Amino acid sequence: MNTITCPIPVQEREHIQLAHGGGGKLTQELIETIFYPAFKNDILEQEHDSAQIAMPGGRIAFTTDSFVVDPVFFPGGDIGELAVNGTVNDLLCSGAVPQYISVGFIIEEGFAINDLKKIVQSIADAARKANVKIVTGDTKVIERIHGNQIYINTSGIGSIPESVALSPKNVKHGDSVIVTGRIGEHGICVLSTRNSLGFETDIKSDTRSLNEIVRNLLKDIPQTRVLRDPTRGGLSSTLNEIAHTAGAGIEINEEALPISKGVESACELLGLDPLYIANEGILLVFVPGEYEKQALEIIRNSEHGADAMPIGKVIPDPAHRVYLQSAFGGKRVVEVLSGEQLPRIC
Amino acid sequence: MNQKEIYRDANYGKQLVTAIRKITTRPWKIMDTCGGQTHAIARYRIEEMLPPEISLIHGPGCPVCVTPADTIDTAIELALNNKNVIISTFGDMMRVPGSKYDLLTAKSLGADIRIIYSPLDALKTAMENPSREVILFAIGFETTAPVHAQVVYESSKRKIRNLSLLTSLFAVPPVLEHLFALPDFSVDGLLAAGHVCSITGLSDYHRLSRNYQIPISVTGFEPVDILYGIYTNIRQLEEADYSVCNAYSRMVPEEGNPKARLVLDEIFEPSVQNWRGLGSLPASGFKIKEKYKSFDTLKRYSIKNKCLIKDDGCIAGEIMKGIAKPVNCPHFGKACRPESPLGAAMVSSEGVCAAYYKYK
Repeated sequence: MNTITCPIPVQEREHIQLAHGGGGKLTQELIETIFYPAFKNDILEQEHDSAQIAMPGGRIAFTTDSFVVDPVFFPGGDIGELAVNGTVNDLLCSGAVPQYISVGFIIEEGFAINDLKKIVQSIADAARKANVKIVTGDTKVIERIHGNQIYINTSGIGSIPESVALSPKNVKHGDSVIVTGRIGEHGICVLSTRNSLGFETDIKSDTRSLNEIVRNLLKDIPQTRVLRDPTRGGLSSTLNEIAHTAGAGIEINEEALPISKGVESACELLGLDPLYIANEGILLVFVPGEYEKQALEIIRNSEHGADAMPIGKVIPDPAHRVYLQSAFGGKRVVEVLSGEQLPRIC
Repeated sequence: MNQKEIYRDANYGKQLVTAIRKITTRPWKIMDTCGGQTHAIARYRIEEMLPPEISLIHGPGCPVCVTPADTIDTAIELALNNKNVIISTFGDMMRVPGSKYDLLTAKSLGADIRIIYSPLDALKTAMENPSREVILFAIGFETTAPVHAQVVYESSKRKIRNLSLLTSLFAVPPVLEHLFALPDFSVDGLLAAGHVCSITGLSDYHRLSRNYQIPISVTGFEPVDILYGIYTNIRQLEEADYSVCNAYSRMVPEEGNPKARLVLDEIFEPSVQNWRGLGSLPASGFKIKEKYKSFDTLKRYSIKNKCLIKDDGCIAGEIMKGIAKPVNCPHFGKACRPESPLGAAMVSSEGVCAAYYKYK
């Protein structure tokens, strides 16, 4: 005799639903099948409401950043690895050893679960590379707009060794400015993947964590003045911030800027200035002038530092401005970007 | 050395500067007529390299800067009042103020405004969104006008019904003639825009040079191009022998680009055009011909051009005529700044006010 059975609910879901952020069964399913297996570590497995971590005495660095990049997958990376690397690099810039990261997701209803899995995997991979643990997290789902967007917030903490005292206030006349890699790669890469651009490039995002450069540099040159990652607003914004805080001018040399042919051509074509383009995997390093050669050698011998270049120096300037010495001979002021840099037509 | 490196070669530049110094005996005012030239002059600090007798004036060289505020208002109103409309525009139009606000603000208020990199992108948007109305904010000089014409031509051929053009297209020789004829016009020499001439050819420029006894050098946009253009201008001025010098012959043939002009003439006809800062000038713009009127946004939506001259306190018109410098403007650096511009010349990085704000 046939028994009457209820239809079995579909267990395999392909897209995020509102209930995935509701705190109920579907949320649990995401945690157990996607997040825990990827992020697995002793602190996460405590399963407390908040992560409980033992910190050494002394100063800790604490930072937060949100990631809204569109598209979420781009040549050279995706939003997940960007979210880890961005926060790790922020910690590194204060001289900290990055240790713990939180990950908060805001996901649009309709987002493909397979894409979420890929992103979670790249978060896990990036965290492993940067030697940090994902110790807490959260997921919320918002109503569908386009069905393809995900936003990630990461916060991170790290401990600052006692010997380290990085600050833009330390910057002095005669200091050397070094950039650890080629500029503009991330911004141009993301821009070129937007379908309206109408041209293809092989430029890849430079998203990566820079632990080795910072570790080696601070070990051998504790006199290092300041480290900064020139992300949004590009080199110009970061240099202007440092000039302002240090109360000095900065003069950079256009010819010395490490820039790939691809980025250079894309900038010419779109009327963009590479100094204003976002970077994700490079640092600006300020060291006393006499350490320039040594710092350069250390950076170039570290992972992701091969293209490092000394690009300029700190000069006395009552206006605290940034100047660009052009190869052609003229010198111009490099202003902070106002608004978003938009392509020009003439 | 590749092409670009040759035209940015510092040694060649220095030789030209030396040659210019050698022949300059009197004060001369040279006017550029293209945002690309202004940009290069500012970027390479060309004015500082020149002898103090030479001053550089920045003429009407940017189609974005001379687009009237009421045309921007029209685009904003269409986008805000009609949820079915998609506005396609070049990025540098986004921050230019209309009489109330700019396109960027309209976008934040919910208008569907999309940045394009080529006018042909608008055609693609129209094909991909058949239930929407796409309005191409068609801005440009003779350089981009043929591409806008091509959009109309292609749309007509492919029977695309959901695309129209809000035109703000300008012809350069008529505005130059207007400036030359002004009683207080004191510019001595002209750097004509190479890319514009590569379409139009040089015949109008020969006539202007002859009639107004003014040297005209057609130049490119690299520093060496511009210095060479200034050199030929000064040489002619010092020798009192005026003509058109094609200093950009690698791009500009004497006859221009007849094919581009063919498609331009098929779609557009000369029309009166309002220039922001300069006013309404006869036959200085392009409007869509009757045959293609369904592609004309103004006709499609029965919009009357208000030809509104707004008193925003901006003196960009005087600056373009070479009469005033940005520092003469009472709003310069005060009410008018790059983040809150009163006029277009403060917005674009090549805008003359923006350049003065940054570099002086």
